[in-house]
Formats: sequence, structure tokens, C-alpha cells
Amino acid sequence: MGSGETVEASRRKLTRDALAISAYALPVGLVYGLTALQAHYSLVDVLANSTIALAGGAQFAAAGLVKDGASWLAIAGVVALVNARHLLYSAAVAPYLTATSRRERAVMAHFLTDESFALALAHFRRIGEFERRGYWIAAMAIFVPWTIGSGLGYIVAGAVDTNQLGLDIAFPAAMAGLSLGMVSGRRDVAAALGAVAVAVPVGLAAGASIGLVAGALVGPCCGLAVPASPNDESSAPETPEPSSEAGLP
Amino acid sequence: MSVALVPLAFLMWAVTYPSRALPMLAPGIERLPAWAVSYLRLAGPAALAALAAVNCLLTADKPPHLLVGVEPVAVGVCVLIVARTRLLFPGVAAAVVVVAVTRALGVAA
Repeated sequence: MGSGETVEASRRKLTRDALAISAYALPVGLVYGLTALQAHYSLVDVLANSTIALAGGAQFAAAGLVKDGASWLAIAGVVALVNARHLLYSAAVAPYLTATSRRERAVMAHFLTDESFALALAHFRRIGEFERRGYWIAAMAIFVPWTIGSGLGYIVAGAVDTNQLGLDIAFPAAMAGLSLGMVSGRRDVAAALGAVAVAVPVGLAAGASIGLVAGALVGPCCGLAVPASPNDESSAPETPEPSSEAGLP
Repeated sequence: MSVALVPLAFLMWAVTYPSRALPMLAPGIERLPAWAVSYLRLAGPAALAALAAVNCLLTADKPPHLLVGVEPVAVGVCVLIVARTRLLFPGVAAAVVVVAVTRALGVAA
């Protein structure tokens, strides 16, 4: 089943990869803290979101919607949509967890993110089985720097004039960069462009948050209307690589 | 210190946890039709692109108007850098520098 590496050798590789991910999760967490400050979160709100929701791109999305005054129902819908891909990650990891208790799996699921999935699955494949310590190294590699970065970003941004320093652009720039980080083929491109093409005119006509939800729902349909390219992950069973999501949980 | 958005964190957990946990706890639930799997995969880039567009192309007024300024250019710079490096932070930092410099020079509002 595995590639024959010893558990120790595979764990060393996992730890190296995890450190690299931690190194870029921290600055992205800083950007989130800044974004949350602009949406009038308190420090407690920021830390609660980073630890309880632990939803990376969806946290950015929620902050933008809070800033726009969207209803919590709309926020919940967008957040669920943005994070729906975790269904596939969870399904890919599940076969390795048959020997673990339901309680342990329930706890592990909270820490399943793009990065922890990519790191843990690669480790399990190398050794051909589940390894508890490996999973938690992968999980903490993103959870700890993301949470610390969020808090630090909030504190640092609170001490400066964010508009004068151009920090208000961090949120849309981060969203665009994150979207690009998820693009692997022409279907993703069509979905992203379709979402923009719907969100902007609907936003102008009916308000920003309605435009956003409309774009998020219609965009994937535009992607499905396009034939998949050979490297299109939208038709592949599981992804991503550790670096493909631009550093978010 | 306000805790007004802590319940939102729990709500976000409540709507994201099932997608993380269900296949682990209830094997077989992941056997969705192929189109549904593809839709779920495409939802991420679509939602985030829509967020970026709404936040850099529309003003915060009610009703919103199309924003003409340095902001879309800065986001474009970010996209180019992320496309090249596959790293988010340098792209965001460059976008911030573009906006800060143009505002400091009085070129942008």
C-alpha cells in the first residue's frame, strides 16, 4: 500500500513540509487579522473565528460579508459553499482511519484543512497506514501559526492608519490570490470568471452581498459548462498539493 | 471587549464541520454524483473570485457604484505575483505597496 518508507523517515519529511507551511501560514494569518479589524471584529472575535471556525478562506469571506452588513444566513451559506470541498478531503482520509475511534475521528475532523489534508494524506500514503502523531503534526502546522498570525495581525493593524498605508486593499487582494491558488485548469478559470461576471452586475443592481452569493452559486455552473482540461482537478478524485492553496487552512 | 461575533464563529463551525466530519464518521456519504463533486470543487475559486470582484470593483455605498481607481490595478498586481510565485503574501504585500504609494503621492484617493 505505501511506498516502503519507514515511519521515522516519512515523519521527518512531513515535519519539513509542515514547517514550510507554517512559515507561510503565519503571514497569511496576519492578513486575516488585518481584514477582521477592518470588519470591526474584536480580538476575541478574531481568535474565536480562527480557533472555532478554523476555516481559512471562508473566514476571509465572512469578514468581507460582515463588513458589507450581510445577514448571518448569507454568511453561513457562503462559508458552507467555500468550505464544501472538505467533503472530498475527508472522504480521501477516511479509509486510513478505520482503526480509530469515532470520538477521535470527530476531533480530528475539526482540524482538517487544505494543508493538514495534503500533509497527512501524503504521509499516510508513504507509510501505507494511519499514524496519529503524523496527523497531529500536520494539523498543528497550520492551526498554531494561523491562530497566532490572526491575533498578531489584528494587534499590529490596530496601531496604524490602515487606509493611509493601503492595508484596506489586503482583503480583495487576498481573495483574488486565494482564488487563483485554487485554479488548476480551464474549468476553475471559467468558474472564477463566471462568478465575477455575475457578481458585479448583480451587486450593482441588488447590493454587494446578493451579488456575491449569486456569483458564488452561478460561477461553478459556468465551470461545469466547459470541458475539463487534462490537469483539471475538478474531475480528479482528490487534491491539493500542500502549496496549492496559497497558505490558508 | 466585544464578543458579538463569537456566535458567528460557532455558526461557521456548524456549517463547515459537517463537510469535514461526515465522510470520516459515516463512510459512503462521499459517493456523490460526479457533477456534484465537480460543482463542490469549483465552488471555492468561484466564491473567492466573486468576493475579490465585489470588494475591489464596487463602492461601499448603498446602492453600490462601479469603483474606478487604483484598487483594481493593485489587485491585478497581486494576481500576477501569486500566479508567478504561488505564494499569497508577496502578492498581497505588493498590492498594499501600490495603493499606499499612489495615495502618498496623491495619485489615488
